[in-house]
Amino acid sequence: MRTYIIRRLLYAIPTLLGISVIVFAVTRLSPGDPIRLYTFGAQNLTAANIQALRDAYHLDDPLPLQYLHWLWSALHLDFGESILYHRSAATMIFERMPNTLQLAFTALFLQLLIGVPLGVIAALKRGTWTDWIIRVSSVAFHAIPPFWFGLVIIILFSVQLRALPSQGMLTVGKDQWDIVDRIRHMIMPAFVLALAGIANYSRILRTETLDVIQQDFIRTARAKGLRERTVTAVHALRNALIPVVTALGGILAGLVSGAVVVEQVFTWPGLGRFTFEAAVAKDYPVIMAGVMISSFLLVISYLIRDLVYALVDPRIKVS
Amino acid sequence: MATIARPAVIAPVALTRPSAGLWSNAWYRLRRDKLTMTAFVILFILILASVTAPLLSQFVFQFRFEEQNLLGAYGKPTLDPLAYMLGSDELGRSQVVRLLYGGQVSLFVGFVGAFVNLTIGVVVGLTAGYLRGRVDDVITWFITTLNSIPLLFLLLIISAVFSPNALTLTLTIGLLFWTGISLYVRGQTFALREREFVVAARTIGATTGRIMFRHILPNVLPLIFVLAAIDVGGIILAESALSYLGLGITPPTPSWGNMLSNAASYFVRAWWLVVSPGAMIFLTVLSLYLIGDGLRDALDPHLKTH
Repeated sequence: MRTYIIRRLLYAIPTLLGISVIVFAVTRLSPGDPIRLYTFGAQNLTAANIQALRDAYHLDDPLPLQYLHWLWSALHLDFGESILYHRSAATMIFERMPNTLQLAFTALFLQLLIGVPLGVIAALKRGTWTDWIIRVSSVAFHAIPPFWFGLVIIILFSVQLRALPSQGMLTVGKDQWDIVDRIRHMIMPAFVLALAGIANYSRILRTETLDVIQQDFIRTARAKGLRERTVTAVHALRNALIPVVTALGGILAGLVSGAVVVEQVFTWPGLGRFTFEAAVAKDYPVIMAGVMISSFLLVISYLIRDLVYALVDPRIKVS
Repeated sequence: MATIARPAVIAPVALTRPSAGLWSNAWYRLRRDKLTMTAFVILFILILASVTAPLLSQFVFQFRFEEQNLLGAYGKPTLDPLAYMLGSDELGRSQVVRLLYGGQVSLFVGFVGAFVNLTIGVVVGLTAGYLRGRVDDVITWFITTLNSIPLLFLLLIISAVFSPNALTLTLTIGLLFWTGISLYVRGQTFALREREFVVAARTIGATTGRIMFRHILPNVLPLIFVLAAIDVGGIILAESALSYLGLGITPPTPSWGNMLSNAASYFVRAWWLVVSPGAMIFLTVLSLYLIGDGLRDALDPHLKTH
């Protein structure tokens, strides 16, 4: 197990390097001079000043050398200063990260809470109307454009019924620790973000449960005279849940990507929205910090997924 | 001596009947799958309507897609004129005609992008799966890397930095979203390369390229169509999200995403304009996903779970 963990950790290094090359290349190969953007509107700027800035940011070096400089600072979490705000890009990203994580984990919780029972029910009632409705609606959940669904429920619950707030994390002027207010702000964005994943889980669990309930140990459990509920809830579900761990990777990637759109619709002050605004404003240091940090989050969550998988399924422990 | 009566030889031709192949079997199963057939019909109608958008707008709705009528702005859905059957936008343009034109863009991005994905994914997956070793290591590393970047993020940044047009956007999507397909093809190739027919081909001296594309590929191909259908749907969703954020297809070219984005800014005044573009995206993507599901069930005879 220990060698597996070490190997898996080492494996993350080339991945992170690859990501940094891609992110660096995309932003550096873009048209436009970063110094001109950085000094936009500045008065009394001499050619010597500009040259000093170019030297400070190593802009006249060959690209590979520029990359190494950038990588070295990035390792120290120094992505440079935001062009718009003149503050450390990494700090600003880290300030918004908890908001995104809060949203993503609530969505994940909702997905498990709704998706898992749906999948199991569909499998147990295979071939019936219930099964059919659950299957078709999980495809439908997948096909709904999340931003559109967000808008529609805003129109419904915020504009028409005036039941839920449509924007932000808190009501302005309210106490920061007002939990009820926070939850009310959270319901709609978390649900929209969760939607596609609910379908994923119910689909996986349906297939897996169908697979598991045909196996011998289930028959044995029934033969022992266990109640049907115990058979499904304890024996079948535990085994059907294993592949859910594998699916977590893709679902987390979906949550991080999806957060961009959902945060935009609900003006949620998170990482995705902030990076998106930086992208529109061509605020390169923030873009790089945002993408690097969120990719780093993904790499870590893939890592955790693989380790949990090795823990849950003893068959792949030594590979 | 009586001669031995020989039974008349029946010509073997008379006995055989063309055996049902993979595709005819699949077609047989598919025809009975009402849900999938409905999805096919809906998708066909959507494609047809988009392709014939110029004709429809000229002869049925009698309203050009860029035609404005400021007096009829924010119109509720009405049958008089027919062009306003889904309402009119802030410039009094016909929502339904713009939806048809928007469909052209969305479907183009979806299908062409998926085609690029498929080409890259298949070639890369076959290469990694068949050659294995170092080549596979490098490819797998690259795929893991690409998978670890939230792709919508990357797409967002590329669009923000380079402001692509419809064609370059399609190509960018095509160059980014192929990893799922190639992982699938790689896995299948791993299994297939040890099979007897591949060993036989290798023994008689078939070249690597020939084995990969003539012997292995045809065995992977059927389920690739399943992935392709789902891929087209996913791309249409991604493009619409991007256009909704204002980075994909830029106005005045209508696309379902940017029409939604536009409608979102005045939804308090005209909520019905929000409903129709989203419904179009939903309907298209739903049909594609259902077709993918149906094809999978029809093509895979071993599937017991159906």
